[in-house]
Amino acid sequence: MSTTSVDLPSHGGHGDAGHIDDPHHQHHFTTMEQQFDTAKLGMWLFLATEILLFGGLFVGFGMMQGRYPREFVEAHEHLVRWQGALNTVVLLFSSFTMVMAVQSAKNNKKDKTVFFLFLTIICACIFLVVKYFEYSHKFEEGWLPGKFYSAKGDSIPGSHGYATFFAFYFMMTGLHGIHILAGIGLLSWILMRAKRGEFSNAYYTPVDLVGLYWHIVDLIWIYLFPLYYLIQ
Amino acid sequence: MSTHTETTHDHAGGDAGAHEHGGTAVNVKTLLALLVLTAITVGAAYVNLGSGNVVVALLIATIKASLVALFFMHLRWDKPVYGIVAMAGFLFLGIFLMFCVLDASSRNYYLPQNMHRTEVPLTPGTAPPSLTEILPETPDAAAAAPGAAAPAGEKVPVTEPKK
Repeated sequence: MSTTSVDLPSHGGHGDAGHIDDPHHQHHFTTMEQQFDTAKLGMWLFLATEILLFGGLFVGFGMMQGRYPREFVEAHEHLVRWQGALNTVVLLFSSFTMVMAVQSAKNNKKDKTVFFLFLTIICACIFLVVKYFEYSHKFEEGWLPGKFYSAKGDSIPGSHGYATFFAFYFMMTGLHGIHILAGIGLLSWILMRAKRGEFSNAYYTPVDLVGLYWHIVDLIWIYLFPLYYLIQ
Repeated sequence: MSTHTETTHDHAGGDAGAHEHGGTAVNVKTLLALLVLTAITVGAAYVNLGSGNVVVALLIATIKASLVALFFMHLRWDKPVYGIVAMAGFLFLGIFLMFCVLDASSRNYYLPQNMHRTEVPLTPGTAPPSLTEILPETPDAAAAAPGAAAPAGEKVPVTEPKK
């Protein structure tokens, strides 16, 4: 049967039968490499739209900071620096464990892949727990966005600047938090697939692409942290 | 950390890392560099550099983002097309930012709030007051105003808003 197959014009041409027979190989791609590159290019296009999504919010934040400089500096003092710094360290470490998971999957090390993916998920959960404490403190004090802002004792009473700051704060950290949540879902999915032994040197595309997604989430936080927690 | 910045600069020149993409040692070093830079950016926030603070913070953040993109996201070793796509995202973000800054800086009434020396009421149907009328004490504003005769650096005396 296999010797009479005429559907695959590249069969035998490359001498790379392992790729041709790979069950992950879809018929509309000539080679596994082309399939991998296509998936990866698609992921990078998505990441570019992520840059634009968060970039637009960063520009808005910058504009409003220019409009309400005093209120923004005063409002940012309500954010707890060590909590932001802790979350930065947690996310950077999770990026490291993610890249180690990708490397392990590429080198056929199933147990290490599962271990590092598990560590990445743990880090993501720690991040969200810290975020929970940050948010609940702000809810209690009334440091809320827009019309929900109800904190007392601001040095410029009645200014919209404080509510504007927290509108951007909750919008951007919230959107980032949703990305973390989605990341946990994706990481759990590839963790289960890795446990079933689906990834190897010949096919590890999902691990690689989820890794790219996870790194862009980290990259966005790298900008969020100094702009929100460290402004003067 | 110093070795890291060197490898970052190497990036333009090369395909030196063709052997194995990354590797544990490179990943550990990248992580350490990122943690050191985080410590530096937190430390820098406690030093008052005026408007330099945000520049320093953004510069360090960009170095960190580059480390993540080059080493964790493998752009240093990957085909250039992925990096080009990512840079296209930043390019269009830059265009967006540029036009927003142009817009904001060319509006006289787009001013920092609560910095008014005197209250200037806006009457409907009239042009908004110019920057010099509202902020006569700011040297920048005086220098930026078209009719400002005062040399740069000299403090402009506070005057009544003139029509």
